[in-house]
Amino acid sequence: MNYNSALEGYYKKIADAATEDMILNMGPQHPSTHGVLRLEVITDGEIVKEVIPHLGYLHRCFEKHAESLTYQQTIPFTDRMDYLASMINSHAFVMGVERMLGIDKDIPKRIEYIRVLVCELNRIASHLIAIGTYGIDIGAFTPFLWCFRDREHITNMLEWASGSRLLYNYIWVGGLFYDLPVGFEERCREFVEYFKPKIVELNELLTDNQIFIDRTANVGILPLDVAINYGCSGPMLRASGLKWDLRRIDNYSAYTEIDFDIPVGKGEMGSVGDCWDRYKVRVDEVEQSLKIIEQCLDRLQKELKRTPDFDPRAKMPRKITPKAQDYYMRAEDARGEIGFYFMTDGRTEIPLRVKARGPSFNNLSVISEMSKGVMIADLIAILGSIDIVLGEVDR
Amino acid sequence: MTFDDIKALLLDKFGDQVIIGEEKTGMQPALLVEASQIVSVCRELRDNPSTYFDFLNLISAVDHGAEANRFSVVYHITSIPYQNFITLKVSVENDRSLNNLPVVPSISSVYRTADWHERENFDLMGVYFDGHPDLRRILLPDDWEGYPLRKDYKNAEYYKGIKID
Repeated sequence: MNYNSALEGYYKKIADAATEDMILNMGPQHPSTHGVLRLEVITDGEIVKEVIPHLGYLHRCFEKHAESLTYQQTIPFTDRMDYLASMINSHAFVMGVERMLGIDKDIPKRIEYIRVLVCELNRIASHLIAIGTYGIDIGAFTPFLWCFRDREHITNMLEWASGSRLLYNYIWVGGLFYDLPVGFEERCREFVEYFKPKIVELNELLTDNQIFIDRTANVGILPLDVAINYGCSGPMLRASGLKWDLRRIDNYSAYTEIDFDIPVGKGEMGSVGDCWDRYKVRVDEVEQSLKIIEQCLDRLQKELKRTPDFDPRAKMPRKITPKAQDYYMRAEDARGEIGFYFMTDGRTEIPLRVKARGPSFNNLSVISEMSKGVMIADLIAILGSIDIVLGEVDR
Repeated sequence: MTFDDIKALLLDKFGDQVIIGEEKTGMQPALLVEASQIVSVCRELRDNPSTYFDFLNLISAVDHGAEANRFSVVYHITSIPYQNFITLKVSVENDRSLNNLPVVPSISSVYRTADWHERENFDLMGVYFDGHPDLRRILLPDDWEGYPLRKDYKNAEYYKGIKID
């Protein structure tokens, strides 16, 4: 059997492209591909006829690492998947291991709330990058600087808690690396008060900007049935009009007790599921995350207040050997559904198989479908609105 | 619909030649499906109004150890309207030689997202998905040899004539 027939077909297609078509490589070193992604674009004049994405420039084989290390040792590798929202990655991984061990109900409430707090802070930081870089893709430079200025407060706070600015290794199986530092809750509340008017400013600057609306509204419309069939999740799916948020559907961690809304795309400026909707869903999610953070802070400063004898590592198992089973754990990342599939044999501390589902990987796969027949400039707008992180596409 | 209801529904439609059994060791029970029939089972699950499993979460190929000579492919599918979740498993015997890959039918005609998932599993685990429209390697370079996620994979000593230290 010839396993290379598809590859030969691809070579033949490129070689036989018509003379009036131009084959253009966008990336891998292109600022608007948000990392090392190569889009091979077959164009007819300024119209995109076909997009062939080439991935893998950042491939580190996370799964092979995870299958040769213990669960606790794998957590830093999960951070490096989606490096803009590492807290949420490790939260999902850790919850999966805890459920396999059956200790997920014993985790103290304070730990659950701290986890949700840092995850939502990280979600805001991630969305701020998405919003800022999207502005830059379209040609608006100022929002990028403003977003980074505000994001700096979050990275400083998370550095204070965990010791590093991007790759935290803070959430561990059965607990946390450390308790929050003294004064973190107060500092966090200050940030929330500081940040609320900044969202209004950002909206005035970018969301309601007529040039921005002209560039994004009615561009790259993703119908809901296509989004579902292509496995899109997170803001992509919600912008197409479906209220689907795993924080509500699966009700994991402390999200059961927290009240928040799920923003969906309404087609205010164009049609449901266009680039503007995807952008707007992220802006609205930032506000909802602030709401979640405030509720977490309320609990953490009142009934779950820090006590001198509180040990965030008290429930950590000495040896992590789940009994033989399969488990698929999914959680809502800043970009969509992050999932970890574990297969364990019950004898060793090393899993038999770990498979990661990266939300950007699935969200990106729809780009060839969305960008058939658009202008090249709109291809940039579409790619930016998907908000990919190549560390997780390639894993 | 519970897992047992779905199993009964599929057994009724396809019979026990296709729905071989079930696996209930963990918290998420899995349905074992005959590999050659996975496409029609998926299509039935997606189109039946009482199940509507319309969202494919993940396809994972599994190598059951270097001695086992057996590969599995695990499908996790969600029903968005019913907020339901199911795991399907198919398994194929194979002698692990690089000229004879395990073959599983491609479900990319049912779920378009399966396209890239199957390419990834072909790339890293060496499971050939029959009927896939464009089964090229996706994460590794096109000229890569071997399938790194297999348990018996040995790191290459040379890459294009250059010694790897």
